[in-house]
Amino acid sequence: MSMFSQNPLMNGPNYSFSETPRVGAPEGAREHRFDPYTDNGGSTLAIAGADFTIMAGDTRLTSGYSINSRFHRKVFKIGGTTTDQHDAHLVLSVVGFAADGEALMERVDAMCKMYRYRHGRPISVKACAQRLSTILYNKRFFPYYAYAILGGLDEEGKGAVYSYDPVGSYEREQCRAGGAAASLIMPFLDNQVNFKNQFIPGSGEGHALQERERRPLTRQEVEVLVKDAFDGAVERHIEVGDGLQMMVITNKGIEEIILPLKRD
Amino acid sequence: MPGFDFSNYNRNAALHARGVPLPKATSTGTTIVGCIYDGGVVIAADTRATSGPIVADKNCEKLHYISSNIWCAGAGTAADTEFTTSLISSQLELHSLSTGRKPRVVTCMTLLKQHLFRYQGHIGAYLVVAGVDPTGTHLFTVHAHGSTDKLPYVTMGSGSLAAMSVFETQWKAHLTQDEAVKLCADAIESGIWNDLGSGSNVDVAIITPEKTILKRNYIKPNERTQKLKSYVFPKGTTAVLNEKIIRKQDIGNFVTIHDLAEEAPAGGDKMEVDT
Repeated sequence: MSMFSQNPLMNGPNYSFSETPRVGAPEGAREHRFDPYTDNGGSTLAIAGADFTIMAGDTRLTSGYSINSRFHRKVFKIGGTTTDQHDAHLVLSVVGFAADGEALMERVDAMCKMYRYRHGRPISVKACAQRLSTILYNKRFFPYYAYAILGGLDEEGKGAVYSYDPVGSYEREQCRAGGAAASLIMPFLDNQVNFKNQFIPGSGEGHALQERERRPLTRQEVEVLVKDAFDGAVERHIEVGDGLQMMVITNKGIEEIILPLKRD
Repeated sequence: MPGFDFSNYNRNAALHARGVPLPKATSTGTTIVGCIYDGGVVIAADTRATSGPIVADKNCEKLHYISSNIWCAGAGTAADTEFTTSLISSQLELHSLSTGRKPRVVTCMTLLKQHLFRYQGHIGAYLVVAGVDPTGTHLFTVHAHGSTDKLPYVTMGSGSLAAMSVFETQWKAHLTQDEAVKLCADAIESGIWNDLGSGSNVDVAIITPEKTILKRNYIKPNERTQKLKSYVFPKGTTAVLNEKIIRKQDIGNFVTIHDLAEEAPAGGDKMEVDT
């Protein structure tokens, strides 16, 4: 029956091993392939404030048109002394291929613990950010297929967000969206966090018009932006939904907030 | 010659060979179902249309009119389901007029399968055909390659497995109308929640020998949540780099003007806008 061939993603890279016959291959020749990566969808988001950082991610885990889990965490506390991470001071979010994301998170966490053991103090965000870049580039030709964002507070107590590509290129930023709906959320963030493309009405003519001045957002304002950003992404991206996990990093510690999202 | 225009085929094939990707069609990665009961037939569909992982339409119509007593639910390429059903609807109307008889569901199904088989699956229409005619109540599925099935309950689209699991656990013979509607709606909802290609609302059509009842948005389990903040910008926020004024009396120099009646009916649903 042709019933099962209706799903367009059945022909896509949903499984680790594929034996799809190659068009135009010589008679009797078969190409054996190893497809180690799966895209597990989902989206993440991080915004740095004056004295806090908020990291967020949805909790849906997908492959193809299927939902593998409605509550799979993408945002992790790292660098604590114990497994429950009660005294952690850093947060790492990973999106892309879930297995690589989790493996990366565990390696960075172990590295943070080793740092604490050797130096007798917790690792700074700056140092952790540089080390994470090295860890990613070490696998340049068999990368961790994960888009990581590292968040914490810097030496001055200001919010810090570092974003990465899968092979270790990184940058400190004010805000960043990652994953499936990054292209939907990032323009919203540029406009609402950095006030891009906003001008002061009547402040000049044409190019002389003054840009709206940046001001640090409060924690409440950022939480509202994060919720609205995800509600918007859920409406238009099929791989985003189910739950919203938020981590708020302040000098008093890390607070986790879980909110519901649409489940269709 | 009637039919499709293939004049761009060679050009497109040459472009494709040089690595230009094909345009992406809107697909109704869909859940559609149908179920016969004692006294008629029910079909139902979700209302999400997708283009890759992006939701193209949150409330599209997948139940298509064929004739007053025959309706069709469509999955696959949106344009193909739309045009195939309207083409066959028109042929069936002419056939009915020349024979002086009510159109039959088998006739519709045969026209559809012959049309689809001729195009060897390139017309990506997957259909559930349902109706009541003088020979009785009928329910069919038609696949894009031209194969058909005749069954008491059917599902199609990317959510077909989720929907069929509901039928296989809850279906029984001799359903009442209300039970059949409930069963179909539950099957669609299963697709809405568990299949990423399906979502938003449930549409239902009930066809009986007397009449057809179309229940558009029968269930709306996915209303958008209220935004927490207003995103209205003060007037003048967007920079105007240059300005050109065309007076109303001079507009005829640039475009052709057609006067519309004062209350011209606007097609489609109202767009959601911030206030």
